[in-house]
Amino acid sequence: MKKSYMIALGLVAGALLPFAGCDKAAKTVNIGGVAPLTGEAATFGVSTKNGYDLAVSEWNAKGGIQGKQVKLVFADDKGDPAEGATVYTKLIEQDKCCAIVGTVMSKVSLAGAPICQAAKVPMIATASTNPKVTGVGNFVFRACFIDPFQGTVGAKFAFDELHAKKAACLFDVGNDYTKGLSEFFKTKFTALGGEVVGFEGHATGTSDFKAQLTKVLAAKPDVLYVSDYYSDVAIIAKQARELGFKGPLVGGDGWDSPKLVEIAGPAVEGCFFTNHYSKDDKAPIVQEFVAKYTAKYGSAPDALAALGYDGANIMLDAVNRAGSTDGTAIQAAMVKTDLRVVTGQVKFDGDRNPVKSAVIIEIKDGKQAYKATVAP
Amino acid sequence: MGSIFSPQQIVNGLQLGAIYALIALGYTMVYGIVRLINFAHGDFFMVGAYAAFGSFFIFNVYLPKGNMLAFVALILAMAASGLIAVLTDHFAYKPLRYKPKLSSLVTAIGVSMLLEYTFSAIPLIGPSPRGFPEILPKKMYHFGHAEVSNYVVVDLAVAAVLMIGLTLLIQRSSLGRAMRAVSQDKDAARLMGINVDRIISLTFLIGGSFAGAAGLLAGLTYPRIQPYMGILPGLKAFIAAVLGGIGSIPGAVLGAFIMGIAETCATAYNSLLGEGIAFVILIVVLLLRPSGIFGEKTADKI
Repeated sequence: MKKSYMIALGLVAGALLPFAGCDKAAKTVNIGGVAPLTGEAATFGVSTKNGYDLAVSEWNAKGGIQGKQVKLVFADDKGDPAEGATVYTKLIEQDKCCAIVGTVMSKVSLAGAPICQAAKVPMIATASTNPKVTGVGNFVFRACFIDPFQGTVGAKFAFDELHAKKAACLFDVGNDYTKGLSEFFKTKFTALGGEVVGFEGHATGTSDFKAQLTKVLAAKPDVLYVSDYYSDVAIIAKQARELGFKGPLVGGDGWDSPKLVEIAGPAVEGCFFTNHYSKDDKAPIVQEFVAKYTAKYGSAPDALAALGYDGANIMLDAVNRAGSTDGTAIQAAMVKTDLRVVTGQVKFDGDRNPVKSAVIIEIKDGKQAYKATVAP
Repeated sequence: MGSIFSPQQIVNGLQLGAIYALIALGYTMVYGIVRLINFAHGDFFMVGAYAAFGSFFIFNVYLPKGNMLAFVALILAMAASGLIAVLTDHFAYKPLRYKPKLSSLVTAIGVSMLLEYTFSAIPLIGPSPRGFPEILPKKMYHFGHAEVSNYVVVDLAVAAVLMIGLTLLIQRSSLGRAMRAVSQDKDAARLMGINVDRIISLTFLIGGSFAGAAGLLAGLTYPRIQPYMGILPGLKAFIAAVLGGIGSIPGAVLGAFIMGIAETCATAYNSLLGEGIAFVILIVVLLLRPSGIFGEKTADKI
């Protein structure tokens, strides 16, 4: 009697064993990480992933979360919304991630956000600055400031500091981020009393911007606001110089890549862009991060790395405080975040956007130089 | 606002047209000889750009930036693309020469993807865009209302020299006579003692090397190269060849310059229209004059 009871128990236990890895009793806390390691924003993805890895290894060195090690399940979204939707679904359904950090590009985050929202898995986009991203629902957060702020700061800087009266904008029509930035720049610049003499889109992936540039330069703008990513900016800068434009180009955080100067060379000298952080910032938390990152990866972190690091830390802090891997509990903890991270003091507003400052960076002698900090 | 047809826009259009023309010539020559739309042709252009990029880094050790280095890069880009074209023909198209046309067409699309993804997978090349070096120091000239860089001059000059050379080759040499014969009737040409396979290889070599030259010029002019850079220019050059009358060499050149200028002017009018204008032209040509400007009116010459 007792023996058969034992056998039955053994069978039941055996049958349940395969499911052990999937339930809440898992040995690790699985966190999804998404970034574009290939494609047009590849350097962004590499920096961002380095940031994730650094943050996760620090948490694990401190003993992990709830006594468990944190496991970062990373997926490459290739900078493509369709690919993004696939990897978010995979991370939630296959890898059982309780939260997702990522991704970089707004258009890809916009594809991933509805999936996270539907599955009630909190996500934090790291560098997606388009306002629509967190508008998807209450499970979607972000680690960076948003386009209106960045476009507005760019316009203020161009008008007040560069004394520009006429500006022209150039952006990628297939990209919500660059379009958004240019629109907010235009609104602010006009409100300040300046005139936007050209507002031209271009197709994604094109390398010939001369037609648009010839058109906007004919109106003699003082500055050119180019809200594209670095590889487009580099070519636009070169072609603008070829067409005789001598003034500065101004842009957003999409410029932040060593490739910009590498491709554009002197064409971007004396140009400016708004960014999330500068490695020359003297705050101790920034310097500590720069030192650790440089020691691990052999180069100084760019803003994307800082945001990746911050995004992962904000999310892991919330998971830690939630005390469980339940999505709703993590979401509730996220809302209450009040954390000093590398890119500033982060508190979420009603739309789950962080309230923090921006810096202006100048390209000087082929290097990024800290110019000013602009508070919200 | 500058006028849509300002002199500067025409210069921009001519520059773009010169690159399209070099690509379109390859499409039209191959079609003329083997009746194949070689969809991998845009990727030969990409191969040329990377070959020029590579040869810059190898030879910049010995040569300073300038005309000599650019010339070496041009020759190597043409050689690399020509070689890839000949190999593609030998391994992919030749076995299918007397099979239904559709087989070769689908194979061409396959070769195109093979080249793109292989190049993305090679660690030294990779899928990310690369900046193209300034092989020639840039100089600017001011002509009336247009800024003209030496790159415009180089683009147009290289295209012109190659096109004139090609015309002389086809019209004046015995090799050209053989090419024309093969394009008219392969079997009769073979009976006349022409080595048809060799002529076809030669056609791919010339067509491919022109695409390689275009790759170098595009790299100089629009200094960003990536493994997928050949898709759109290839498609647009193909449309240019159709516009001019596919199989016709002057047609391809004229079609390409029309395309370049139309695209630039349409972009100047509305930046979204520019990308689409090529396809509008394609539809209009197919509806009104399917054989193109210089094409013969017969639907199929065979």
